[in-house]
Amino acid sequence: MRPDPLILSRIQFAWVIAWHILLPAFTVGAASYIAVLEGLHLATGREVYLRVSNFWIRIFAVAFGMGVVTGVVMPFQFGTNWSRLSDAAGNVIGPLLAYEGLFAFFLEAAFLGVLLFGRKLVPAWAHFIAALMVALGTLFSSFWILAANSWMQTPAGYAFVDGRFYPHDWLQIIFNPSFPYRFAHTVTGFYVTAGFVVLGVGAYTIRRRRFLDEGRVMVTTALSLLAVLVPVQLIIGDRHGLNTRDYQPAKLAAIEARWETASSVPLTLFAIPNQVAETNRYALEVPYLGSLILTHSLDGTVHGLKEFPSDQRAPVAIVFFAFRIMVGVGLLMLALVAVGWVLRRRGRLFESDWYLRACQLALPLGFIAVLAGWTTTEVGRQPWTVYGLLRTADSVTPSLAGHEVLLSLLFYAAAYLVIYSTGFLYMLRLVRKGPHESLAPAPVAAGRPESPVRHLPSLQPPGGLP
Amino acid sequence: MTEHAISFVGIWTVIIGAGVFFYVLLDGFDLGIGILHGFAPDGGDRDLMMDSIAPVWDGNETWLVFGGLALLAAFPLAFAIIMPAVYFPILVMLVALVFRGVAFEFRFEDPGRRAFWDRAFHYGSIVATFAQGLVLGAFIQGFQVEGRQFTGGSLDFLTPFSVMIGIALLFGYALLGAGWLIIKTDGALQDWARRKGRFCLLAVLIAIVMVYLWTPLMEHAVADRWFSWPNILFLSPVPLATVAVWMWEWRVLGGSADAAPFAVAILLFLLSYLGIAISLWPMVVPYRFTLWEAASSPSTQAFLLVGTLFLLPVILMYTGWSYWVFRGKVRRDIGYH
Repeated sequence: MRPDPLILSRIQFAWVIAWHILLPAFTVGAASYIAVLEGLHLATGREVYLRVSNFWIRIFAVAFGMGVVTGVVMPFQFGTNWSRLSDAAGNVIGPLLAYEGLFAFFLEAAFLGVLLFGRKLVPAWAHFIAALMVALGTLFSSFWILAANSWMQTPAGYAFVDGRFYPHDWLQIIFNPSFPYRFAHTVTGFYVTAGFVVLGVGAYTIRRRRFLDEGRVMVTTALSLLAVLVPVQLIIGDRHGLNTRDYQPAKLAAIEARWETASSVPLTLFAIPNQVAETNRYALEVPYLGSLILTHSLDGTVHGLKEFPSDQRAPVAIVFFAFRIMVGVGLLMLALVAVGWVLRRRGRLFESDWYLRACQLALPLGFIAVLAGWTTTEVGRQPWTVYGLLRTADSVTPSLAGHEVLLSLLFYAAAYLVIYSTGFLYMLRLVRKGPHESLAPAPVAAGRPESPVRHLPSLQPPGGLP
Repeated sequence: MTEHAISFVGIWTVIIGAGVFFYVLLDGFDLGIGILHGFAPDGGDRDLMMDSIAPVWDGNETWLVFGGLALLAAFPLAFAIIMPAVYFPILVMLVALVFRGVAFEFRFEDPGRRAFWDRAFHYGSIVATFAQGLVLGAFIQGFQVEGRQFTGGSLDFLTPFSVMIGIALLFGYALLGAGWLIIKTDGALQDWARRKGRFCLLAVLIAIVMVYLWTPLMEHAVADRWFSWPNILFLSPVPLATVAVWMWEWRVLGGSADAAPFAVAILLFLLSYLGIAISLWPMVVPYRFTLWEAASSPSTQAFLLVGTLFLLPVILMYTGWSYWVFRGKVRRDIGYH
């Protein structure tokens, strides 16, 4: 059997982007969190904010470094493995991707150096600005990359001539129908992910009874943020779903594993979809709820997969389960945050060991939700790269042989496993060390930068330890 | 339509040309530091070398992303043909860049495994540089194209010529790295950098001579460009200036000025870059598609141009500021470790 370059290229893209997305999922929120802590420190002068900020900057540095190098890989994938997509859609998505670099990457890179190594070299306000700029950079980055992705999902403002896309109206291209929802949903998801990381680490810190002040700051700031964002995320998610119903009905039908078009449809909680037989087995359903959620009325009509030719349907089971994992995790998050607020009201938040333990276990929830959501939207738009217009099979590089892609996939697989396991271990180690270790005695700073690499731990409060 | 296109293609050629040159200079010197890193006299020196680039390396690498994406946006056809043709060098370069990039944080987080990550940094820099040389070599050789697609094999890039360019680039980047190190250090390490710089400069001379002889022999178009009358008259100053700048670099490496070796090395790179540009002009997929044939739609180029003309100066300003913050010599500190 000859390996198929198409399916291997898809696996390779899924592999490099799935690992990469874990990093922005954390760093987009973490950058803003650090900026807030720096701002709180400037405003209140309380040292604890600085200690918490320094602690997170260390972890952020590792994650961001990994995010940069795995991010560099991404644009080249379009050329090496998806050259026909690049040729066909380069006119439209090229500038969106290039603007991500121009708006975001340079901003992040330039100010990251100052954020990590420059605390003693620039005034406090300039350091705060650097933190703000890094956070702003991560948001710009999300904006442009999601504009490009959304355009491929719900293309608008283009002309399609001889198999190639030409821009017609740039505002329509950027603010295409799914973009506002996808942008809001993704960025909120990233903030929630970072929120659960801070909550989990804060809970762990408190449970060790060592850095209590720092742990409390982390838990309270995270809980306050999550109390707003998790409910908001459910509302945005609902809106995003309605948008998918209108613009990508085949994807929505796959999400719901709905084969027949019908009104007053039930919500399928669980089922084993069978793509060939076009039915579900072992379906567990709640009457009317499907129509209520998808159309906001009890007798609304929902389109089924049978309305679409079978070669225009996504792999139903993957999309169906990925979506349920995402929503399930979201509801779990909501419950955790609600319980946290009840405990906080009663003043027992920091004493409830069982709850802190639960928060600790909940640390990876955001990442799971992000990956599941990404899988839902990306597998759900198959078999298209540009929805309804350009097939994935017609996007792949024609000169590639299967064994060549297999080789590159193995290369990426091995490299990412080494990098991610090591990086994860180091971040874990930083968490174990806790906030105080970063205040290890550091040599007196004098004059120009000395040794940013070895001095990373010397990110110390002004006039701190000798 | 065509008239509009012509005006934008010109400016995009300049922007991408400048962007790629910026990348070669900036990541060139920090990849060069990585190449020299493994030969450093002792561990303290290796730390200093990393320190000298730690705050700026990821900004430097960003120019690679910008170059790639600007090529996709402004000349999508070139992007779609060149990238598959250099599938493996790009793969190897990206994986090598991943390893050398994370080494900055990882070697610090784990002193026990510092030796491993030092090696990852050193060999990652070497492999990434060599792979970039292969890409450049393959680019100068040209690609097998039918219609709008690359139709050659994925190993076509691998020839004695591209390997030679790969090796040449190693010495070129190491020369830039030595120049940067001379600016950022003093004492014994600076003296060491000056000696290594001269060694690399000798190799660079051999490489330049080989490229000047080999490329015209390989491609008639290139030979015609340089040796036909009256081109030979207008173009001969380029190689002559290259020789003069080479001798100047040799002198300043042995002198006492701190910034001159880096500055003159930039000049040497600029002349070599110009030489390649003269050979290939106006091709963006050499010997197949001109810049105009591969250009994206005028609307695409115009849309990206508006933002780029506004953003590039801003980017240069704050990048300059971050270099300014970390100006001066990196120093070993006393009492740590």
